[in-house]
Amino acid sequence: MLTPHLRRLEAEAIGILRETAASFRNPVLLYSIGKDSSVVLHIALKAFAPGRLPFPCLHIATGWDFRAMLEFRDQRAAELGLNLIVHTNPDGLARGINPIDHGSQVHMSVMGTEALKQALDLHKFDAAIGGARRDEEKARAKERVFSHRTSGHTWEPRNQRPELWGLYNTRVNQGEGMRVFPLSNWTEFDVWDYIAAENIPIVPLYYAAPRPVVRRDGVLIMRDDERLPLLPGERVEELWVRFRTMGDWPLTAAHESRAATIEEVIRELRESRVSERAGRLIDKDQEASMERKKREGYF
Amino acid sequence: MDMHPVGAGASRGLLRFLTCGSVDDGKSTLIGRLLYDSKLIMEDTLATIEKDSRKHGTVGEEVDLALLVDGLEAERQQGITIDVAYRFFGTPKRSFIVADTPGHEQYTRNMATGASNSDLAIILCDARKGVLTQTKRHTFICSLLGIRHVVLAVNKIDLVNFDEATFDRIVGDWATFASGLGFTSLVPIPVSARFGDNVTLPSGNTPWYRGPTLLSHLETVDAEHGAEDKPFRFPVQWVNRPNLDFRGFSGTVASGRIAVGDGVVVAASGRQSRVARILGPDGEQPAAAAGEAVTLCLADEIDVARGDVLAPLADRPEVTDQFAAHLLWMDEEAMLPGRQYLVRFGNLWTSASVTAIKHKVDVNTLEQHPAKKLDFNEIAFCNLSLSTRVALDPYGENRTTGAFILVDRFTNRTAGAGMVNFSLRRATNIHTEEFLVDKHARAGLDHQKPMVLWFTGLSGSGKSTIAKLVEQALHREGRHTYTLDGDNLRHGLNRDLGFTDQDRVENIRRVGEVAKLFVDAGLIVLCSFISPFRAERRMVREMMGAGEFVEVFVDTPIEECVRRDPKGLYAKAMRGAIQNFTGVSSPYETPEKPELRIDTLGKTPEQAASIVLSHIRHLLDQ
Repeated sequence: MLTPHLRRLEAEAIGILRETAASFRNPVLLYSIGKDSSVVLHIALKAFAPGRLPFPCLHIATGWDFRAMLEFRDQRAAELGLNLIVHTNPDGLARGINPIDHGSQVHMSVMGTEALKQALDLHKFDAAIGGARRDEEKARAKERVFSHRTSGHTWEPRNQRPELWGLYNTRVNQGEGMRVFPLSNWTEFDVWDYIAAENIPIVPLYYAAPRPVVRRDGVLIMRDDERLPLLPGERVEELWVRFRTMGDWPLTAAHESRAATIEEVIRELRESRVSERAGRLIDKDQEASMERKKREGYF
Repeated sequence: MDMHPVGAGASRGLLRFLTCGSVDDGKSTLIGRLLYDSKLIMEDTLATIEKDSRKHGTVGEEVDLALLVDGLEAERQQGITIDVAYRFFGTPKRSFIVADTPGHEQYTRNMATGASNSDLAIILCDARKGVLTQTKRHTFICSLLGIRHVVLAVNKIDLVNFDEATFDRIVGDWATFASGLGFTSLVPIPVSARFGDNVTLPSGNTPWYRGPTLLSHLETVDAEHGAEDKPFRFPVQWVNRPNLDFRGFSGTVASGRIAVGDGVVVAASGRQSRVARILGPDGEQPAAAAGEAVTLCLADEIDVARGDVLAPLADRPEVTDQFAAHLLWMDEEAMLPGRQYLVRFGNLWTSASVTAIKHKVDVNTLEQHPAKKLDFNEIAFCNLSLSTRVALDPYGENRTTGAFILVDRFTNRTAGAGMVNFSLRRATNIHTEEFLVDKHARAGLDHQKPMVLWFTGLSGSGKSTIAKLVEQALHREGRHTYTLDGDNLRHGLNRDLGFTDQDRVENIRRVGEVAKLFVDAGLIVLCSFISPFRAERRMVREMMGAGEFVEVFVDTPIEECVRRDPKGLYAKAMRGAIQNFTGVSSPYETPEKPELRIDTLGKTPEQAASIVLSHIRHLLDQ
């Protein structure tokens, strides 16, 4: 049973998803395979039942996704009969861009942000639905539910439309687009409580298990394959770890944990004194890095 | 105070509130304090804030709590909040969504945004400064947007030595202003956001204050709107028709309740049916109430589309195309009566214009003033006219079906927010007369296609000269024409209009209406007007049928117009003897996609006219 609070958040998200389907010519759901987009997908299936999803799902694969994420993605897509589009930046692939040699900033910019823009342009998507939440980060706290992007996919923080009542302004000119965030008003705890209450499948990496990790710069990096070279003195250990967020494996820190069920994960989170993004190595590159990335078109 | 993140124990419901006040009243600090005292600030976030406090902070060696909520780089550097930020926290009793809204003048629209989605407002004022103009402005906007519960947080009480008399004086000033604004509860609290007095814990520094702390008031205030007790309203958002066996109408119940078997009516068409099934997020359910997102299946195959509103047979909304409303203007480009805007009511988009500004409201004194236009951040009571009939309720009765937004047709910016006061007439039984002898029948007699040739350009660009030559040529061919220009309209029909922006808009609107009648009569109408604004040219274009409007941009550089100056007007305007002269003291907005652009430099008027004629030649004989 959902609490009245979650019930209300769910209803709001359903309304936003229906609004997107009704207002745009060619919307797409950005499926990052993380817990948030798994929740969006779950709610979208409810919003249009008994009909099917009226839009495709898009995954931007960087070449450095956890193998477990890709397996989970393909399994879910098959179970649910999703129209799934996978896009990888071919230029970046040809140039061999990777997080090890080029650093997280260049890698995420080319294989993440650029790839997303390519896919949106290629398929002429005019609205992209994502799982971002306002509580994640300060720059997100001011984000609109329907967030307007210029024809270059950029976000103008000073030129965002006010959103009054539920009367979303969904108008865009030719070539412009919209990013849509149905979980804007959810917190990390709401997402976990909802996953528990609705029994939503998520990538097993969120649950603790013995995994091969390397200690580097004070964090634990899971060595998902041989591409991560070991530095002098480093060795691969098998530790009980789990992940709080999903991303490219060399850029996502694990933490030691024994929380192997959803109840244990939620209990661990309630006791945690560290924020969700602490495990994302890409955000620490520079101050206000999220805002800068958003302006450039990052999701 | 023992607090938990949202979701931990927040089963009693949700309170959405906003904080507003003047610059430097300490809004961000207050929210930072609520988050900090609730132990919701994670260690890594706190470390970042401590680092930032040394860099940007304004409170010396302490942690600057405002930095927890001031998100964007630009505002951090300026030390002011420039946008609405949403924050989330909770206690075992309640969960909260906080809209942090900025205080300085040009961002009032953000405050209205926060207020439109809130049930309660915390209005801050600085104990040292008392009730300021902005405090009054924000109190009024809260009232206008239907907020019924207000807290006056008299902040920085530590800086007036926790003085009771100062607090009482501020509360007295504010109560005088706020009484009569329709608030259900007004609660003043002396606080220090920086040190925490009376925020989450009662303060030992204010023994004279016997009221609740801010947080305990937020936890206990009954701010329900009673949306479930109001008449049922269901704006249809999406028609769900996956196959021939299922046809459902999806949407969120705006107010009231609906159960299987209840009769409903489509407000605009009057068609009736019964609810056969209700599908919720988890499948079939027997009933649904305000706030629930459901899909309704009806017993009969009646015509229902996105934008329609379903209502009970006995308690229907108004269906009208004329109404009076309060309008808050949020765009840098002023609102001009007569100009067309897009409007969104519920899930229906149509177009609207303000037909009259009854009065503008001075938000500082609540005095009413006459006005001819509405600038950024101004509020007025207006009459509006829509191009379609819509179902609506007064905003005071229903915050969902009584609210609307206006959107600029060119930029798509959200330009205005409105709250319906009352319908001006029941338009339900008014039908447009259909004439059997129509435009095509009349034009057919003349063997011509009626159209408007709209010549736009600066004064002295050659519009009238070219139009005259075109008309002569058409007349020689036996076509029926008529010319509308400033000379024959400004002396008669438009004698009452001057040259201010709003009068120019009205001038063109009337020209458009006259041209439309003449086109209906089967004529080729030549209009030559400076018509400096894109919006009005587009308005006239949209009055006409497809292919009936040909915009001819007579493109002569201002320097050449000044050189020609056939009527000596530029010389006068440059001396300042003529106000609002296009190109000199009033703007000309160049057409973006005219059907025809004529560069007159190096061309004779005859050459220009023949360009126009050859362009319309193929249209004329269709």
